[in-house]
Amino acid sequence: MSSSLRAAAPVPEPGVAAATPARPRRRAAARRRATRRSLGAYLLVLPAAAFYIAFVLRPIVLTGQYSLYDWDGINSATWVGLANYAEVFADPTLVGAILNSFELIIYFSFIPVLLGLFAANVIRSIAASRLAVVARTVLFLPQIIPLVAAGIMWTWQLSTNGLVNQILGLLGLGGVTRAWLGDTDTALPAVGVIGAWVQLGLCLLLLLAGMTKIDPSLYEAARIDGAGPVREFFSITLPSLRQEIAVCVTITVISALASFDIIYISTQGGPASSTLVPGLQIYYLAFFERHIGVASALGIVLMLLVLIVVLPLQRILRGRDA
Amino acid sequence: MSRIQDVRVRALAASGLLVVAAFAVTACAPPGGGGQAAPTGSSGPVYGGGEPTCGTEDVTLSMYAETGFPLPTKLADEFTKQYPNVTFDIREDQFAVITQNAPRVLRDSPPDLMRLPQMSELAKGGLLKDLDPYAEVFGWNDWPASQLQQLRVGEDGIRGDGPLYAQGLNFSMTGVFYNKDLAAQIGMTEAPQTLDEFDGYLQKAKDAGIVPIAQFNGGATGGLLFPLQGLMASYGETAPINDWIFNKPGATIDTPDNLKAAEHLQKWIEAGYFAPDINSMDYSQMMSRFIDGQSLFIFSGDWESGNLDTQMPGKVGFFLTPPLEEGGPQGAMSAPLTYGISAYAEQPDCAAFFLNWVATDETARTITVEVGGSHPMGPADAFMPEVAADSVTAATLAAGTTVNEKNGAMDFIANATGAIYAQSWTPNVQKMAAGDQDAAGLLKAVQADYEKELAG
Repeated sequence: MSSSLRAAAPVPEPGVAAATPARPRRRAAARRRATRRSLGAYLLVLPAAAFYIAFVLRPIVLTGQYSLYDWDGINSATWVGLANYAEVFADPTLVGAILNSFELIIYFSFIPVLLGLFAANVIRSIAASRLAVVARTVLFLPQIIPLVAAGIMWTWQLSTNGLVNQILGLLGLGGVTRAWLGDTDTALPAVGVIGAWVQLGLCLLLLLAGMTKIDPSLYEAARIDGAGPVREFFSITLPSLRQEIAVCVTITVISALASFDIIYISTQGGPASSTLVPGLQIYYLAFFERHIGVASALGIVLMLLVLIVVLPLQRILRGRDA
Repeated sequence: MSRIQDVRVRALAASGLLVVAAFAVTACAPPGGGGQAAPTGSSGPVYGGGEPTCGTEDVTLSMYAETGFPLPTKLADEFTKQYPNVTFDIREDQFAVITQNAPRVLRDSPPDLMRLPQMSELAKGGLLKDLDPYAEVFGWNDWPASQLQQLRVGEDGIRGDGPLYAQGLNFSMTGVFYNKDLAAQIGMTEAPQTLDEFDGYLQKAKDAGIVPIAQFNGGATGGLLFPLQGLMASYGETAPINDWIFNKPGATIDTPDNLKAAEHLQKWIEAGYFAPDINSMDYSQMMSRFIDGQSLFIFSGDWESGNLDTQMPGKVGFFLTPPLEEGGPQGAMSAPLTYGISAYAEQPDCAAFFLNWVATDETARTITVEVGGSHPMGPADAFMPEVAADSVTAATLAAGTTVNEKNGAMDFIANATGAIYAQSWTPNVQKMAAGDQDAAGLLKAVQADYEKELAG
């Protein structure tokens, strides 16, 4: 974050720096020029800012406002203060949904980042071969498939007669086959696997791009010093990828906490609420139960939750020196 | 460092300004209210004397129907044939979409006819036209009262009594479909007459390696409610269940009779009579498995009769959940295919005339049976089209007569409140299927959620 802030900081004008009290007129002219320039910059920003206010900030503020009312979306609303927030934290179903989304972080974030690191490292070491291109393409494919299509496809694969159970049967593991999405114990991990599959491609590509930036002479030096591939990975690759890992973790953690589409398609939150997540619950509350107030309160809580989780993560992963 | 701090302060100030700007854009009036006021629903029809008709001038009726059900379109086509001055402008959506959109659509782009979800909130909110004046003129009040009971909503939102706010294109009913070929394999040649006999066939099917019941129960669909409600009708009376569904004060679902029914369902689950993956099976998967001959029974409704007569002609039978003793009480979920008229509709009279025509015209009633597979609305002695004796449609129509005779019709227990199906019944019957909930716990949990929701 600090690097972007530094980049955004105004660079002192050469003219300003050179100005001395002996030449006040020149300084005033320079200041006028600078003001004109910044005014122009603000004008250029204006259209984007207007859209941002209308389509991002306004809905957030409106959601905050709705969260303080008891409203069915049609008739006039009643002011209830923070009662909707109290309901969000008192209702075990809603709390359960939040806990489920935290469990999903393991599948949506940790697994893709770890697998992505491993795969990227392997692909880097065979970079010259055609296999690397094939592997990269295959692993990135899930990223270009719409999440809804991925959800439908995996629902078939995880069904009783699906590919997953057929493979398990062939391996002699017929005893563990089950309806993965229909079992209260396995539904959440099964949904998590779909998420991991989708996220892996993005992480892999980001990490691979990060690896190409690493100076090859570092590896040469390490090799001369007698480092093996494992030592190379932990001493050179991993520290150099800090920025990319931070981006991967941030994006995937947000998608875990705010997940909706994969779960809506594959389980709709069932069975027995075992895969219910806040995104889905907001949808049910707002559109089926017409509790716009509680839905908005949960929306705001979800937004704060994402910020609370992601901001410290940024600091830890990127470090102060990055 | 200090420059970074400076920039942070500026960034904070800028975002603060943006939020203030956003506030300014939204202003701080409370949401809702405003706009046009709802017209008073009970002021009576706008036609001047006599029966309302569609007149002789060109009229366009707007209809918002459920996709995947050809019945409304077929009826509209026939109506246009008989009354050429009336054309239909039909918009279709899935039922879930209709459920979400209902209040906004009824108010913002009011259709003359609309397929409705559970309508007590819509009626209470003044979004539906009061059809009582039409009922009087057309004589709907002379039909069997149970047909229209579910469509009446009192001022407090309690259903069962009060003004009529919707009408049915037909009324459908649930029970058990069975595959005649598979039934023959286990020696079942006709529908079981008692619950014990039914249990025996379930066990025989299991022993023969046939999946006894494929039942949808996955995702957001609590399909085990179909057998549960059938069993409730076998163990006890249906009137208290309707009271509960209609939110009558003091009603409870946690009764000794219902407990026995839920325990019977639990026994079926524990005996392995249901397919092992019912918690991931949706409705269409259930139907395709049954049609493929992968299951002996399914609990579903007569809306499938036409479909099954086409896909498996002569091979499907139908019966109501059997009584405890031969000839004993029996019942079924039976609900009208609900269509309402928006309180803001442009052609309410013509729409009401159409609804009356659907229930009384012979061709319309034939379409209702042949296409919809369900019983038409209307007087008890009204015209009924002939259907092939070995068809499942004939079996479901006969079952409908039985339900009428035994006064066993009840609404769907999932319609009791807006959220009871998604938030309480479905997760609890899914837990039961997974072995994490028992019969007593199921009824207690649902009753607690019901009371909480009505209080809130």
